[in-house]
Amino acid sequence: MADAVHIPDEAETRARWGAFAWTDANAATAKEVFARYPKGREHSAIMPLLDLAQRQVGAETQTQGWLPVPVIEFVAAQVGMPYIRALEVVSFYTMYNMAPVGRHHVQVCGTTPCMLRGSDDVLAACYAKGLKKGATTADGLFTLTEVECLGACVNAPMVQINDDNYEDLTFETTTTILEALARGESPKPGPQVDRFLSAPMGGPTVLKEYTS
Amino acid sequence: MIASIDDKDRIFTNIYGFQDWGVDGAMKRGDWDNTKDLMIRGQDQIIEDIKASGLRGRGGAGFPTGMKWSFMPKESKPGKPSFLLINADESEPGSCKDREILRHDPHKLLEGALIAGFAMRARAAYIYIRGEFIREAENLFAAVAQAYDKGLLGKNAAGSGYDFDVFVHRGAGAYICGEETAQIESLEGKKGQPRLKPPFPAGVGLFGCPTTVNNVESIAVVPTILRRGPSWFAGIGRDKNQGTKLFQISGHVNNPTVVEEAMGISFRELVDKHAGGIRGGWDNLLAVIPGGSSVPLVPAAQIIDAPMDFDGLREVGSGLGTAAIIVMDKSTDIVRAISRISYFYKHESCGQCTPCREGTGWMWRVMERLRTGEAEMHEIDMLHEVTKQVEGHTICALGDAAAWPIQGLIKHFRPEIERRISDFRSDMAVAAE
Repeated sequence: MADAVHIPDEAETRARWGAFAWTDANAATAKEVFARYPKGREHSAIMPLLDLAQRQVGAETQTQGWLPVPVIEFVAAQVGMPYIRALEVVSFYTMYNMAPVGRHHVQVCGTTPCMLRGSDDVLAACYAKGLKKGATTADGLFTLTEVECLGACVNAPMVQINDDNYEDLTFETTTTILEALARGESPKPGPQVDRFLSAPMGGPTVLKEYTS
Repeated sequence: MIASIDDKDRIFTNIYGFQDWGVDGAMKRGDWDNTKDLMIRGQDQIIEDIKASGLRGRGGAGFPTGMKWSFMPKESKPGKPSFLLINADESEPGSCKDREILRHDPHKLLEGALIAGFAMRARAAYIYIRGEFIREAENLFAAVAQAYDKGLLGKNAAGSGYDFDVFVHRGAGAYICGEETAQIESLEGKKGQPRLKPPFPAGVGLFGCPTTVNNVESIAVVPTILRRGPSWFAGIGRDKNQGTKLFQISGHVNNPTVVEEAMGISFRELVDKHAGGIRGGWDNLLAVIPGGSSVPLVPAAQIIDAPMDFDGLREVGSGLGTAAIIVMDKSTDIVRAISRISYFYKHESCGQCTPCREGTGWMWRVMERLRTGEAEMHEIDMLHEVTKQVEGHTICALGDAAAWPIQGLIKHFRPEIERRISDFRSDMAVAAE
């Protein structure tokens, strides 16, 4: 279990997050979420609400957020579920962070289609900027994770940073993106080569009428 | 050999997103055009038409879609409404077609959801979209809101007299939730571990109610099939392998892309026409994984002229899967490529069945030793034997999916593995001198 996450001290966490409650905007969103499921099936709301809570923690800490124990307890109570069932959900799905992450969560896809197109170079660019897998940089800017296939294989290699994909990467373009983020800029997501989303380089081979 | 299709036979006209993906753009492209006229033929006739079209599920297994719908009850018991669950948890390595439908043609999916939901007498559809598709989910949520605003969903949906809701549910990162019963568990607020079957979802599914789970592409093609007639769709491709299909061509081609083509088109024509050929030319092709990471690889000589459909790829010992084509040229470390897939399955095993929980890690560790050559020759057979012990001994197909790529590697590249073991030994012998 060497790669198991280190969950911060519970007493500290409780002191910081014990009073967690929805912001007004998120309380309204939570209400919309519950409306998607039949009456008596409130447990179904656990996943969207955990995501919402993680984002609220992120907004309060200027990071991508995580799920401290008191926050999980809060969400569990919202959906009427024992804490341990909620924790099972948190630990099962990779997108719930069980420990704090940085301002930017750099998730490099390393699965075979990306590997074939150069995900090693993408990771190398991250390492060269001081990022380490499973860790957050000392300045709190970047957390690096190698993730499994993110479903953008024809735009490989790719990385998801926060809510956006950066695709068709090289060592150089990855470096450029990380440097821009470090300067507080918002680099343009999508393919980093001259192509339109998943259309082939050089333009679509089909559907001329719909692609001009 | 099946010929390439013309643009007039392409269903997904906004697949690359050059045009407006919203409801106005979709309507201009012909979506939501008198949807109620497609429904007026009645539930049984829609199911018959989909059966006649030859549509087989586009999520990988290839089960006939119309037949699947016919398993749903014709009358709901009190308190047991039927549900359509649309599987948008696209996570199979190599697959990225549903992403394009979700972000660029979401209204095809929503119109298909209404028609399919009506045909199977469902009260609502849930679309389970993988959590990492964040921007795609934003488009999908917005498309649903647009459809409600226009009266296309909800009470008297599209003026059909049928009440139908569509809800979007985001996952949170778990490949296994693409398995239909794991997806149901996940949607019920649990960890996504597959259920034993029977009971099948058509009997006891989401919230204990009758449920049909269909892939995004399977549902999104339905309105066009009904508009143009089942014989149009059935007329493309070969017997039992009919229609058009979104192919995803990744890896060592000059121009990776997603493209809609006829089922049964040859691998060579598909790649030359749409993906700019193999990197370094056809002589540089080593092997292809033609249907997503779960299917066995096929060596170059066998794939080049193979028809890209269910039967054509079964004949070369592999499968169409999701039509996610991973191309590998001669620069590929083929053992590493498959070992990385083994790592994927180790990472994604839900841990419920012991052969998979233990086996995926075990297989990956041996694969890593075969990659470096630090292994004994007899371990190749031992690994093969273990894949056979995992295969078929788990609740869901993840165990099989972890076993097949390794079996394919050993079948086709055994000499390469043996060479690595020999080389490693002679290197060690030299170092010892």
